[in-house]
Amino acid sequence: MSRIVGIDLGTTNSLVAYVDDRTGLPVVIPDQEGRRLLPSIVSFTPGGILVGEAARRQLVRRPTDTVYSVKRLMGRGWADVKEELRYFPFRVLPAEGTVKLAVGGREVTPPEVSAIVLRTLKERAEAHFGGPIERAVVTVPAYFNDSQRQATKDAGRIAGLDVVRIVNEPTAASLAYGLHRLGQGVVAVYDLGGGTFDISILRIKDGIFEVLATNGDTHLGGDDFDRVLMLWLLEDVQARHHAELERDCVDLARDNEAMQELRLAAEAAKIRLSSEERTTLTLPLSSFTYHRTITRAEVERLIESLVNKTLGPCRQALADAGLTPADIDQVVLVGGSTRVPLVKRRVQELFGKTPQSQLNPDEVVALGAAVQAQILAGGIKDMLLLDVTPLSLGIETLGGIVSVLIARNTTIPTSAREMFTTSVDGQTVVDMHVVQGERELAKDCRSLARFELRGIDPMPAGMPKIEVTFLIDANGILQVQAREQRTGKAASIEVKPTYGLTDTDVERMVEDSFTYAEADVETRMLIEARNEADTVLTHVARALRQGAGLLGGEERQGIEAAVTALRQACEGQDRDAIRERTTDLNRATERLAETMMDAALKGALGTTRAGEIMARDPSPLGES
Amino acid sequence: MTDFFQVFALERRLEIDVAALQRRFYELSRRWHPDFHQAAPPDEQARALEASARVNAAYRALRDPVARVEYLIRLEEGRETKEGAAVKPKAPPALLAEMFEIQEALEEARTGLLDAAARASLAAQRDALRARMAEAEARIVGPLSRAWDAAAPAERPVALAALKESLATRAYLRTVIDDLGAALGEGTEETHVAHRRD
Repeated sequence: MSRIVGIDLGTTNSLVAYVDDRTGLPVVIPDQEGRRLLPSIVSFTPGGILVGEAARRQLVRRPTDTVYSVKRLMGRGWADVKEELRYFPFRVLPAEGTVKLAVGGREVTPPEVSAIVLRTLKERAEAHFGGPIERAVVTVPAYFNDSQRQATKDAGRIAGLDVVRIVNEPTAASLAYGLHRLGQGVVAVYDLGGGTFDISILRIKDGIFEVLATNGDTHLGGDDFDRVLMLWLLEDVQARHHAELERDCVDLARDNEAMQELRLAAEAAKIRLSSEERTTLTLPLSSFTYHRTITRAEVERLIESLVNKTLGPCRQALADAGLTPADIDQVVLVGGSTRVPLVKRRVQELFGKTPQSQLNPDEVVALGAAVQAQILAGGIKDMLLLDVTPLSLGIETLGGIVSVLIARNTTIPTSAREMFTTSVDGQTVVDMHVVQGERELAKDCRSLARFELRGIDPMPAGMPKIEVTFLIDANGILQVQAREQRTGKAASIEVKPTYGLTDTDVERMVEDSFTYAEADVETRMLIEARNEADTVLTHVARALRQGAGLLGGEERQGIEAAVTALRQACEGQDRDAIRERTTDLNRATERLAETMMDAALKGALGTTRAGEIMARDPSPLGES
Repeated sequence: MTDFFQVFALERRLEIDVAALQRRFYELSRRWHPDFHQAAPPDEQARALEASARVNAAYRALRDPVARVEYLIRLEEGRETKEGAAVKPKAPPALLAEMFEIQEALEEARTGLLDAAARASLAAQRDALRARMAEAEARIVGPLSRAWDAAAPAERPVALAALKESLATRAYLRTVIDDLGAALGEGTEETHVAHRRD
């Protein structure tokens, strides 16, 4: 049988890993250029679909056709996400039981976008092993509900992958750590990623990884840090450059490209501030260059309430596990956002011990998924993960009150049985409404599905006894079976999932996925070269406007000639020519860029030269 | 209905060696967890899934001493599902009378704002009730559980009734404690805990 790989399908980045048969250790599979992380970004360009790093470079150029953070939309309905949609530059439309994205002149669902990322990882693994890969373990946030898990499975199917197991990210991480680094004891895994937060508390004993409790927030992560920082920067730009914006008739908040530039600059600044106390941000916008210094303390003030939002779920998980912080032997940090010093401090304060992060927080989940894949393949026999269901499962009863059938933090797989009967003589159909959540009223919980039990023999009211079994499998996904007890015959159930795709939808998408051709390597590189040229041309045009007074006649002529040459190259199909002309143009404008930078910095930084700033700040021009 | 004591080859007794129970749970998990039956034919996979779900349910019912008593009552009364318990057990009348004053104070708290003295009084009452709830729990898992274990078959219904009454007291106290918490504005976390039904 073919190999099973482990995949971390992240909000920001995705990875594929496997366990090396010789060493018994999990390893990440890099792409041909040696990159391990695949940005979870998909761009729908006229030339075809771009994925990962190539798509990332389209964020500013094609904001409306480039999809990022799609994980936040997985398994969700319009009402769940409409609040945050205004921050996405791409169009999101309501659809039955889900949302659709209108990108590149077509409509796609979140699972289809995720499928494109998964297929890229599948191909990466296939190139590595030189053979087909058909099965994968895919991770999800522990606090994902049934619909979100189902959507992830659907994405796998569309990508041509049999998702043999959905594993929770924090528990996957504990498997990677557990392989060698964790002893026996109680471990808290704090997982703050790009879009989601999870806390899981486990007891590790004799190779059994028993999850005691889990909690989290599927809408809290590094994206939210970026957003508050971006909005703060936006206000600052609007205040400082009010006059220029007025003159240029630019409303930054409505300018998708500028907003993407701001978002990326905010993200980059946040990352730099994890290792530095202060950083400088230089961003060419409209007809001016925005320039300012940000300190770590400033960012910490902005994100503090978000970081504190993770502490409630931690306390709740401890309470559910019947433990206090003193009972926790080790704390493990997972997810890129745990690099933020404030996050580390808060975790340390809460648990009263120094958290560990020896394994790369970006990779540890994929490594754990690979370990789980190896367990399923029979390659590891001494480790076993016993996970829990994160949310209570119940049915709606009279008056809209939820009757809990399976409490949250119950070890999975698990099942519950319930008897149903009729309320009217001769009734042949019984409805039930299954919900997930912790609230008392069904309307406040997450609606999973409505089930219709059909084919009940006509009997007086209350006579039929239909036994319904609700089973949550090892993936945390619900299965329902029904049986009429008197006749012993299986009642037929029609399931209407409240959110998500029907089987027919998924089948159609599997077919469609073959017609949505991904750009081939050659085309991809040509598109990239053209886009890069495009970016440089835009920057140069702006520089020529802003720095007209700093230019000599000869220099101007040289630049204009290089611009014309690049424009011509872009008309053709020769990507090497485009690249060379791009380099030429960059060289022709080098002196102008430096002169302009000096001019912009004068005053703000005294005598510091631009070259020194550049050395401190790796991406001063926000090139993307 | 499935006798969860039998799943672990235990006698129907309330005093259990929890460490041994955990060891046995891990052994059975290794035997039945679906992870170790991936390559098996579908019907065998289904059997493993069912067995694994049963082992998990059994461990959950038995590992906690109070949950164990609740399960024992269901088992003894032959109630198949937890839902029979949707009909909340009635609190002892004496307790209800005693709580009358607190209920009135709660009603006031719901209609108006609490001043500092009223808050302090409610908080003090809650602490007192918490102590009583702990007492009730100690009685359930201590003397009352031992009494049931020691009872001859004929005496068991009496021992069971005593357990039921203490459980009802505890459940009622918990509700009042939660209501007090809500009135004091310490909402969500405690309400969450209150919704646990294990």
